[in-house]
Amino acid sequence: MRRKGMLPRELQRWRMRVVMTLVFAGFGVLTARAAYLQGWQDDFLARQGELRIQRVLEIPAHRGMITDRRGEPLAISTPVESVWLNPAEAEASPAQIEALARRLGLAPRGLKSLFADKARSFVYLKRQLPPEAAAAALALGIKGVHATPEYRRYYPAGEVMGQVLGVTGVDDRGLEGLEFAYQDQLAGRPGAQRVARDRLGNVIEVIEQLRPPKHGEDLTLSINLQLQYLAYRELAAAVAEHKARAGALVVLDAHTGEVLAMVSVPSYNPNNRASMSRSGSRNRVVADVFEPGSTMKPFVVAAALESGTVTPETRIDTGPGWLMVGEKRIADVHPKGEIDIGEAIKVSSNVAAARIALDMKSADYWAVLRRAGFGTPPGAGFPGEAAGRLRHYETWRPIEKATMAYGHGLSASLLQLARAYCVFAGDGVLPGLTVMKRDAAVAGERVLSATTARTLRKMMEQVTQEGGTAPRARVMGYRVAGKTGTAHKADKGGYAADKYIASFVGLAPVSAPRLVAAVMIDEPSGDEYYGGQVAAPVFAKVMAGALRFMAIAPDAPLEDLPAPGTVVGEAT
Amino acid sequence: MFRLTLPLAILLAICALAVVTARHQARKLFVELQAQERLGRELDTEWGRLQLEQSTWSMHARIEQIARSQLRMAVPERTSIQVVKASDVEARP
Repeated sequence: MRRKGMLPRELQRWRMRVVMTLVFAGFGVLTARAAYLQGWQDDFLARQGELRIQRVLEIPAHRGMITDRRGEPLAISTPVESVWLNPAEAEASPAQIEALARRLGLAPRGLKSLFADKARSFVYLKRQLPPEAAAAALALGIKGVHATPEYRRYYPAGEVMGQVLGVTGVDDRGLEGLEFAYQDQLAGRPGAQRVARDRLGNVIEVIEQLRPPKHGEDLTLSINLQLQYLAYRELAAAVAEHKARAGALVVLDAHTGEVLAMVSVPSYNPNNRASMSRSGSRNRVVADVFEPGSTMKPFVVAAALESGTVTPETRIDTGPGWLMVGEKRIADVHPKGEIDIGEAIKVSSNVAAARIALDMKSADYWAVLRRAGFGTPPGAGFPGEAAGRLRHYETWRPIEKATMAYGHGLSASLLQLARAYCVFAGDGVLPGLTVMKRDAAVAGERVLSATTARTLRKMMEQVTQEGGTAPRARVMGYRVAGKTGTAHKADKGGYAADKYIASFVGLAPVSAPRLVAAVMIDEPSGDEYYGGQVAAPVFAKVMAGALRFMAIAPDAPLEDLPAPGTVVGEAT
Repeated sequence: MFRLTLPLAILLAICALAVVTARHQARKLFVELQAQERLGRELDTEWGRLQLEQSTWSMHARIEQIARSQLRMAVPERTSIQVVKASDVEARP
């Protein structure tokens, strides 16, 4: 019996089987495929998936700050953005490109050609933009335009700290000065993290932190910015007044060996690379050497006192004001007759200095100069510290020994000279220099006996008295000691007759010396060129400021300084 | 056997829903974290800018000029300086 509309039973069963077989075969294929993908291809596919959504992003780390000894910022990194383009994925209408060019301040034509260069996948459009400007450029929503955070260095003190700090390059690496010397401490190390991003490129999840960012260390310098400003202003004024080629100045703390101020003129503004020049970027205090001239005389006297060839009472006959050594004539500006060695320092007699040197063993003289740091880099932590030139005593000829007594035939940087004067300030001990803040005095190296150092201090104090070469170096309320130098510049195998380096190195207060300052003015070409006329007034102004800033008690009665009379001239 | 199935299925559903909610919460918190980090960076920028601004305003040349011209300040004369030594003070009763 057949029901209406129904197929015969055999037929039904057959069809049922076919359908079931097909369905199960379908399931079977799917299962096999799934097993293949999950089992054999699993790793490959998972990696491909990750590649599409995961990225390793850099976490920028900023460069350490540099501050002065009181915490005032000298170099700060602030975030900026660099805008870049991936031409391969870029899509922009000509109108968009023009709008972008306007916002970035670029030429539209050049920008168009960058967009057209599909072979490249990375090109900087503009580096180190203020964040707002970069945001404005990104706001156009052009595909392929991105921004990367970077840091830019700013130097609030500008040209006042110019050569001391140096500069960093566009990649945030120090190129010169302390930025270069302390690159390792200052530099930060960017961190890295693995993130998942969605189709639009937004970060949706941090999967793992590969490396935390390490920000750079801050540096606290020994520089006192207040004093640095004062020193820069006074030195620049003196260089301009005397129409000099250049000038340099350094102030040291004789107890701790810290550099309190260090300026060179001409300078440059590190915030504006365009103002950089070869002469402006030289740190003349550490990198330039010169023949120091008469500022070396205290060392020959000290060496002679130490070796016992003279005593403070020894009198020296300077004869007619000149002396023949071999073929060469050593002369003073004025004949001085018979003088004692204090007087020889006070009036800066070349003849007397040469006599003292010639009466002494070369080895003794050389040893004192060597111990005082001449001929070796001062090691304050600057890159390119000059060592100067001090030849071994076995190669000295008598004339060289004589000229070295008044600072010719050897060379030193201003920093070496100032450091060597710390020996007189520190009762015979040479401190180790540093440009980093130090909290306590450090043990130095003994160069002279305390008695000799004190004797020399007393002699050098006379230099600033009436009849000395530097009455203009005096500071109201303080006893000041120092020595002038007016050296002829070495020029083409000889000495230029009318080119000088005027210098003054001094210390204060004499009763308990704390500060040493050295001033050098290169080629003063006005009417005045003696160290006592050109360099000593700068010393006096800067030292007065330094003593006040450091709150050092006066050791002399507060009396108006008598108007200094004529400065006694000197030949070196 | 079948008596356990229903509670387990319910438990499974609850767990599945909890995973979804936790995932959603995590995303939301992460978005917030990112916003805070961005804010942190912006404040960092701002701080740097303010520091620079402060050091520009406190330039010694500027302060000296204002002190001298507007406030009529000057380095005291010799007659108006008195040095007080620590030893003098201690000597007095």
